[in-house]
Amino acid sequence: MRENHILKNEEKAVFALRGLYKDFGYLPFKMSKFEEYDLYVRNKDFLVSDSVITFNDTNGALLALKPDVTLSIIKNTVDKAGCKEKVYYNENVYRVSGSTRRFKEIMQTGLECIGDIDTYDIFEVLYLAAKSLDTISADFALDISHMGVFKALLDTTGKDEFFKKEFIRLVSEKNRHEATALLEKYSIDSDTAQKLLSFIDLYGTPDKVIGELDGICTTPEAITALESLKTLWSLFGDTEYADRIRIDFSVINDMNYYNGIVFKGFLNGIPEGVLAGGQYDALMERMGRKSGAIGFALYLDLLEDFNRESKGYDVDVLLLYSDKTDVKKVFDRVRALTSASLTVTAQKSIPEKIRYKMMENLDGDIK
Amino acid sequence: MINVALPKGRLGEKVYSMFEKAGFECPSIHDNSRKLIFENEEKGIRYFWVKPSDVSIYVERGAADIGVAGKDILLEYSPEIYELLDLNIGKCKMAVAAKKGFYDDNSRTLKVATKFVNIAKNFYASRCRDIDIIKLNGSIELAPILGLSDVIVDIVETGTTLKENDLEVVETVIPISARLIANKSSFKFKTKEIEEILDSMKAQVKTDD
Repeated sequence: MRENHILKNEEKAVFALRGLYKDFGYLPFKMSKFEEYDLYVRNKDFLVSDSVITFNDTNGALLALKPDVTLSIIKNTVDKAGCKEKVYYNENVYRVSGSTRRFKEIMQTGLECIGDIDTYDIFEVLYLAAKSLDTISADFALDISHMGVFKALLDTTGKDEFFKKEFIRLVSEKNRHEATALLEKYSIDSDTAQKLLSFIDLYGTPDKVIGELDGICTTPEAITALESLKTLWSLFGDTEYADRIRIDFSVINDMNYYNGIVFKGFLNGIPEGVLAGGQYDALMERMGRKSGAIGFALYLDLLEDFNRESKGYDVDVLLLYSDKTDVKKVFDRVRALTSASLTVTAQKSIPEKIRYKMMENLDGDIK
Repeated sequence: MINVALPKGRLGEKVYSMFEKAGFECPSIHDNSRKLIFENEEKGIRYFWVKPSDVSIYVERGAADIGVAGKDILLEYSPEIYELLDLNIGKCKMAVAAKKGFYDDNSRTLKVATKFVNIAKNFYASRCRDIDIIKLNGSIELAPILGLSDVIVDIVETGTTLKENDLEVVETVIPISARLIANKSSFKFKTKEIEEILDSMKAQVKTDD
């Protein structure tokens, strides 16, 4: 296929993913590059990084280059009982990138399912997340966890927000030693402490982890949350991606925004997560919505270096001509070469920066 | 194959001997050569020495699956990694030091010289103290002596350098030790291998008591 040579990894992914999302009835969602800065200030913690590029509009209003897509989509959906909107997008966002700590344009594609969502929708989104990863590479891992299970247990400590935030951070780092110290500092009783610490070691196949969770989830809230995780697994266990799913509680997110299932996708060979998503009813509530929502995003810029083969040359043929050469002769030769599926660049002298496979001189002599 | 980034220097030697005792030896590492990478194919492990402050970069970007870095580096750069184990070696503390008899009367901006800009900023921000950060790359102790800064925020091991220069620790910011870290994505695809190393290393950690 010719596209295989022309399209870059990220472009191929966008092409394939659009087809996938369309098949499942998700509609394209196109938005402007700017948004009122106010929207991000109000939901600062929801953003992956809190730095935003701002500028003034002609009327003085403070605008921002979009650091996130989800908030804008929520703003633009109808909030009506029984309604459900399924959309996908492919947008550039601007935010500080993890490893360079500088502003970067990040190509992001993803989908959101907003409204009266039910078990089917949650399952469908999770399945599409797995299928999206599979579209790019079969060697992927999808880690899921459940904020409800974790929150229910964290709430039993009765400690403040600072403690919870700190503990969540340590679980996301799998940092057992500092988590132990934190629990001691806040004098959490040993039974609860043991249960909380076990979240750090809780990862692996859903069958294994769910079995262990049964012993940990004792409050009604935790049991309800665990039940929903079990239902989801019973559905997912029958799909072709059952062996790709792991439960891992280091995939946790801000409790003020996410409430149900949260997940993160990895591809073997890419050092960071390429897909992130979850159920964010809590964010919807903060934005004055009555309904729920779930979605995910894929960071396509990370695919740039993925399985990159170096070709060794830029064009097949370097075609040299001179001032004396008949222009029509040059064009005819270029046409003949391109119709033979060769790439060609017509030049008067050998360019320094172009690597070519063959050289052809229309005048017979090379300068 | 697991790639391990080790910090160059005395700490790195100690760390390697822990790996060795844990059963992940690589004898060629003791050869006096200029080689940068050492491999034990049979054990499926490959070591390389890097500048201590670069370990977290190698691990975060996946060039190394695991590595050993000081907590000071992890706090300063907050890399996206898993911090799996406190090795309880390379122990020291991040501290505020000043000339003997220094008194911070809170009446003016405090001038702070340090290599660890983020740690210093976060520490003083948590107490709402207005500071002026002076980023230095070495010989931090000189700053208060020459009046460049009021205090310094730096790593204190024994305190000898401070004492010899008529400086003293004003307060401790945070205790520091070496940590075993892992790349998040590597952990997903090499879970078994990394867990095996982690478990064997846990057995090598000496407790204080």
